[in-house]
Amino acid sequence: MSKKLTVSKAIREALHEEMVRDDKVFIMGEDMAVMGNVFAITTGFLEEFGPNRVIDTPISEEGFCGMAVGAAMRGLRPVIELMYNDFATVAADPILNQAAKMRYMTGGQASIPMVLRAPMGSGRRNAGQHSQSLENFFCHFPGLKVIAPSSAADAYGLIKSAIRDDDPVISLEHKLLYAKKEEIPDEEYLIPLGVADVKREGKDLTIITWSREVNFSLEAAAELAKEGIDVEVLDLRTLVPLDWDAIVKSVSKTHNVIIVSEEVKRGSYAGELSAQIAEELFDELDAPVERVCGLNIVSPFSPVLEDENFPHPKDIVKAVKRVLNK
Amino acid sequence: MASKKKYSKEMLLNFYRTMNRMRSFEERAAECFTKGMLAGNIHLSIGQEAAEAGAFAAIQEKDFFTSTHRGHGHVIARGGDAKRAMAELFGKKTGYCKGKGGSMHIADMAKMNHLGANGIVGAGQAISAGSALASKILGDDIVTVGCFGDGSTNEGTFHESLNMAATWKLPMVWFIENNCYGVSTEIHRVTNTPDIATRAAAYDVPFAVVDGTDVCAVYEAMLKAMEHARSGKGPYVVEAKVYRYQGHYCGDPAVYRPASYMEDALANDGIEKLGKKLLDMGVTEAELEQIKKEAYDEMMEAVKFADESPYPDPSEVTEDMYTTDNERCVAR
Repeated sequence: MSKKLTVSKAIREALHEEMVRDDKVFIMGEDMAVMGNVFAITTGFLEEFGPNRVIDTPISEEGFCGMAVGAAMRGLRPVIELMYNDFATVAADPILNQAAKMRYMTGGQASIPMVLRAPMGSGRRNAGQHSQSLENFFCHFPGLKVIAPSSAADAYGLIKSAIRDDDPVISLEHKLLYAKKEEIPDEEYLIPLGVADVKREGKDLTIITWSREVNFSLEAAAELAKEGIDVEVLDLRTLVPLDWDAIVKSVSKTHNVIIVSEEVKRGSYAGELSAQIAEELFDELDAPVERVCGLNIVSPFSPVLEDENFPHPKDIVKAVKRVLNK
Repeated sequence: MASKKKYSKEMLLNFYRTMNRMRSFEERAAECFTKGMLAGNIHLSIGQEAAEAGAFAAIQEKDFFTSTHRGHGHVIARGGDAKRAMAELFGKKTGYCKGKGGSMHIADMAKMNHLGANGIVGAGQAISAGSALASKILGDDIVTVGCFGDGSTNEGTFHESLNMAATWKLPMVWFIENNCYGVSTEIHRVTNTPDIATRAAAYDVPFAVVDGTDVCAVYEAMLKAMEHARSGKGPYVVEAKVYRYQGHYCGDPAVYRPASYMEDALANDGIEKLGKKLLDMGVTEAELEQIKKEAYDEMMEAVKFADESPYPDPSEVTEDMYTTDNERCVAR
């Protein structure tokens, strides 16, 4: 049996179930309680769980992210939200220097079972400080795990796993996926961190991608199929830990790879994946790996300009043809 | 404010013992550093013993605390194991953090309820507030003490965390040791209030400013602060005026300070002052010397333990990054 839910409702259901299951779980962030979150993810939570477990914070990102670290060290499981992942720059210390490093620096004594939900991504005409995709920023720092679901079903299962995980997990949630309605199984389930998903099987080329670009990649794959090009779409779902086995399996079959991400291309996680494939799977490759990413610019406001800035299906189609020399 | 409270000789002797142990730990660490036995940097708290011994005497066993880069004294005052602390400074496997944290990151979740020293100035403010938030959510009667210096009070976390803790009435006490210097910068050159703790008033948080060379004054101020926080009335800020005898780090000649700073410091040495008080109470010079000798012997033992302890095996370098799936997470 299945039901149809938007991605935001699926996340809501995951959070709700985990809060009911474990009273150590609490929610904290800007506009999470009375308003119930700008994307309506926690509406009704304040009434159901009370003000101790659903907390509206002041606009103090560094403060409340740091407090989540302290609460996590005391055995609670905070689920906090930065309204936009761009605000992580304001809260960089507690996320990158504290949450990520505490376990190692204390010789394994402390664990930080915290989830940081961070809406991200381009396409919403939010201009330079509300449109970034900061995968590279979070993936760079050892100590963090990073998920980036592309569907309602994955978001539900991954967030539940993230809350139960004893390490800090960053959940990158594309804002333009929240309203997407999809089938998800009726019964409760978990999706383990670090397991990729083949969204479409193919034999000519592997598209490695995640989050909203999975949908664009599937659209591109459908276009390419009309021309007899058979593309495999590998949705990583989790960026750290990386499902390397899934990458090896797919690349060993198709021998051609592009990596599609909304990040700024320079220094992107897509570039890191490209490097790993080049280093370790060189003999499997028929052509150089291509990154299909955002430009090395600030995210523009004007819709005409913004659409130039992140990969659309037509860009993916072009890149696939370039790599396949077609 | 001079103390009106009556103290038994035994209690004052305990303070004296703790303060001498703290100083001796730091002196031995400095010697090891000078001899090249320690790598990296250490930040010493010589001169701040009275404040720290007084404060930690007011903290109950169940309470939690955070510390700073200048945090060795807190560990000794809390009753931590000098051997494991010294071994951590040496980067040895037997240290509190198995050598992975070093001087700036000693933590002990098992016994001291020590949420960690921190290399980032101001980070412990939010962490201590978060621990206090945990107490509110859990409904326990634990108070969290955030220990930090004057320098960190100009970080945004000071204001963000104190505002939230005050608004939500969190059981938190902030213990500020004001030694007047952030590395080389004298606090009043960069801060507009004569006292730091008065800033608490902006958040409607009660505060006290005490002479940090008077162990009893600090103890009493902290007792009051802890009781306030434990009774559900919210946070409290205590500022102890102290002297930092060394430079910012061990080896810093502190040429940026006027000579009068150290003259004042030595004229107000907390250990000396308490020693005089004990002599007035009838304790003999020989008894005080014996306490100093015991502290010295204990810390020499700690040095021996640290020196003789094994380094971590190089293979441990990737351990302890993640609680689950560690190997895969560090592999790529």
